[in-house]
Amino acid sequence: MSILSTRKADKIDALAEGGTSLAMDALRRTFRNPVAIIGLVIVALFVILAIIAPFIAPKDPYVPYPELQNQLTPSNIPGPMPGFVLGSDQNGYDFFSRLLVGAQQTLFVGVFATLIGVAIGMVIGGLAGAFGGWVDTVLMRLTDIMLSIPSLLLAISIAALLPGSQWTVIIAVAMIGVPVFARLLRGAMMAQRSSDHVLAATALGVKRRTIVFRHMLPNSIGPVIVQATLTLATAIIDAAALSFLGLGDSDWRRAEWGLMLGKAQELLSVKPSLAFYPAIAIIIVALGFTLLGESMRESLDPKNRR
Amino acid sequence: MALLDVRDLSVVFKRKGTRPFTAVDGVSFSVEPGQTVGLVGESGSGKSVTSLAIMGLLPKRGAEVTGSVTFSDTELLTLSDKQLRDRRGRDLGMVFQDPLSSLNPVITIGLQITEVLERHRGMSRKEARSEAVELLGRVGLPDPQRRIGEYPHQLSGGMRQRVLIAIALACQPKLLIADEPTTALDVTIQAQILSLLSELVSETDTALIMITHDLGVVAGLCDEVNVMYGGRIVERAERHGLFARSRHPYTHGLLESIPRLDAPRGEPLRPIKGSVSDNIEWSQGCAFAPRCPNATDVCWSDPPELVEDRGGMLRCHNPVAAAEDAVTEGAL
Amino acid sequence: MLRFTVRRLLQAIPTLFVLSVLVFAWLRLLPGGPATALLGDKATPEKVAAMNAVLGLDDPIVIQYFRFLGRVLTGDFGASLITGDPVMTEVARAFPATLELSVAAMFLAVLFGIPMGYLAARFRGRFLDNATVVTTLVGVAVPVFFLGFLLKYVFTQEIALLPPSGRQDVLIDATRVTGIATLDGLLTGEFDATWDAILHLILPSIALASIPFAVIVRITRASVLDVQGEDFVRTADSKGLTTPVVRRRHVLRNALLPVSTTIGLQTGLLMSGAVLTEKVFAWGGLGTLLEQAIQQRDYPRLQGLILLFATVFVLVNLLVDISYAIIDPRVRVR
Repeated sequence: MSILSTRKADKIDALAEGGTSLAMDALRRTFRNPVAIIGLVIVALFVILAIIAPFIAPKDPYVPYPELQNQLTPSNIPGPMPGFVLGSDQNGYDFFSRLLVGAQQTLFVGVFATLIGVAIGMVIGGLAGAFGGWVDTVLMRLTDIMLSIPSLLLAISIAALLPGSQWTVIIAVAMIGVPVFARLLRGAMMAQRSSDHVLAATALGVKRRTIVFRHMLPNSIGPVIVQATLTLATAIIDAAALSFLGLGDSDWRRAEWGLMLGKAQELLSVKPSLAFYPAIAIIIVALGFTLLGESMRESLDPKNRR
Repeated sequence: MALLDVRDLSVVFKRKGTRPFTAVDGVSFSVEPGQTVGLVGESGSGKSVTSLAIMGLLPKRGAEVTGSVTFSDTELLTLSDKQLRDRRGRDLGMVFQDPLSSLNPVITIGLQITEVLERHRGMSRKEARSEAVELLGRVGLPDPQRRIGEYPHQLSGGMRQRVLIAIALACQPKLLIADEPTTALDVTIQAQILSLLSELVSETDTALIMITHDLGVVAGLCDEVNVMYGGRIVERAERHGLFARSRHPYTHGLLESIPRLDAPRGEPLRPIKGSVSDNIEWSQGCAFAPRCPNATDVCWSDPPELVEDRGGMLRCHNPVAAAEDAVTEGAL
Repeated sequence: MLRFTVRRLLQAIPTLFVLSVLVFAWLRLLPGGPATALLGDKATPEKVAAMNAVLGLDDPIVIQYFRFLGRVLTGDFGASLITGDPVMTEVARAFPATLELSVAAMFLAVLFGIPMGYLAARFRGRFLDNATVVTTLVGVAVPVFFLGFLLKYVFTQEIALLPPSGRQDVLIDATRVTGIATLDGLLTGEFDATWDAILHLILPSIALASIPFAVIVRITRASVLDVQGEDFVRTADSKGLTTPVVRRRHVLRNALLPVSTTIGLQTGLLMSGAVLTEKVFAWGGLGTLLEQAIQQRDYPRLQGLILLFATVFVLVNLLVDISYAIIDPRVRVR
């Protein structure tokens, strides 16, 4: 291959090979990097917000307020008012409270989409890696094709099959991650297969199942964690994109940043902040996960190991 | 009048977060026109860095080079980048260790030679190409006309090294530096390449600095040998003197450690104990002390100076005595 | 070289084949079956049964597949549920718009991306480099459609500098030749049309270019850094070649190899981005078509478009592979 491989598949393989050793050491090295710290801080704040949001929101985010509704006209949505920090949204709900609680829903969507992707991907990749041979070839050809379809189109294809709901978005976005994690785990396990301790275990007659679960899997976790962090970032953005396209939940009462952004785009000329605030929130959170994930990946890269 | 005069050359590597590392520590030697000088030492002794410093190929940031390197009366270390580039390839040539990674993989062999000819000898592409074919023939590459259009990965290791030699000698430089040119090659090819080098430099009266860790290479090629350890020169002698009467325990140890066919069966090998990392700073004492069979207290406290010794130079408090030389004399 | 091309072409065929199977299966996965999907709102049990017969859905699945394949290969994707027009016609009409936008975006990304990546590598560790890295990280994190919004908002509302949507001003009665607005204007001599088209093109292409730009900068930078440390660059320096020659022939020619692969691969992202960008700017290309199809659950259109996008992507990959082999002689051996 060339000096620097750019194919998605090759990049994933590189991560898989790099991560199979000394994950703890790498973790320590990660946190010396200021970029990683910034990422971690952002992520931590986001998670904390998601947890405490319902308690600190000044108003009930799921209930319209007459004071706001009375002022709604087709060309005017009230801005900041006493008691309503950011004013109203297009339906007379308190924008600020919805924004805060949105963290919860957004985190939910991101985490679940990633987790499902990881789970399914790991099953596929695990099978391929554990059995090898034609099982591996077939599974990998399939994942390669899935990887070669642009992710958003993949998600759209799947979302179009299902009724519009939040779970549709979650599943569709999860599917984007499946081939990535499948390939990742398979790559890590392949790298493990020829490692000394696995060979030793096999020579000693340890059962295949034990080898897989007790030796190969634990060492392959590192790259999975890194990739999961990165996938979380893109999952949130992809989910927002799907909502934007109208494929997700049509229930505008739910406060989720992607959904809020999608619904706000038609009101850009009336009250642009309805779109800006959720968007900036998404960007910051995605950035946080990306910074964290990227610096973790750099620490696992064998080239950087000193 | 020496062609190349290296005086008190030092190279210190500085990187953020690590201690400064002195790779080359006050090295001085000279090369006469047409002479072949050897620079011997293990990896880490500083021999490669010395050659890079002479050529001006060390990174500007991170490497601090002090001292003096005079080539044909010109001080190289103070030249600008442009001035250095005028001289490199034309007056000074270099052959590197790994022939595959030292060649540009995406352009033809021919272009890699012609670009030097065009640059320094002002030839046209056509002239350069026929000259290149001739050069490749001279370094013993079969079917040079065809090779001109081929790429590095299509040639074998030995052939690539011949190409590198052709490139280095294309403009008939007065000085050629060869940094472990045969280390990456098969043993049989090694011999061929070495005899090729030997032929070429004597034909053109080119001075050669041969850098190697292999004493066998030195024996066949060099007029004078400098042995380096820990960034300093510890012994200098002309070829026969070194092998017949090596004085420094390190050199002696290197010679002793070479396995010999005529040694009695069952006789154990005699390596130098310890490794390169088992050394002390030159500022404290003799860097070789921890590994030296002759070490005494003074070696641990007082760094020896490089002094004249029987026609050569020696840096040692307790050199090898004459009696033990009988062993190595037999080796030759 | 020819052998390599042929080999790659042959390798692409199974992929296309599997893709067609997947798309074929996709339509049949729909709840209620494809007949229900194709009839949309008008579905009643009798109509569905009739449709099933018409579509030959009672035939063995393999026969259905080959029928599907046959139709696809002749360009028959059925008719849109909403407009009733053949999907192929709609696609052909919308295609030049997306082509124009994608080319413009890629052009911008490469034009600014490569020099910036190179400069970042050249001044490694200094301010320019750090600023560049941060910019690219942010660039990837910003959703394309939001960037589109932002640009639209700033440049069309706050500062009324550029037109907000569409491809051309209705007042300019432009003649359509190829469907590529900028080109058409030049071809027919209607320069005001070209200028107008360019104005409309600016914002969406910048929005769309953002991600490929960020990726190109990063890959270029990493690649140049890698190559700079390679032995053959040292050899080139030791030969006394001038700095421009070393830079051009030795550093860049090697460093740009992975970059050219990236450019090809970015087409995939570009397609996804186009869908979103076209919606924001009401561009009227394939993306708009896709988005409408999604909204209206227009399955024939969806099927056709997805197959089309995926095929284009596979073909582009193929082209990238071949051009890579032209540039890097080592690859041909494989």
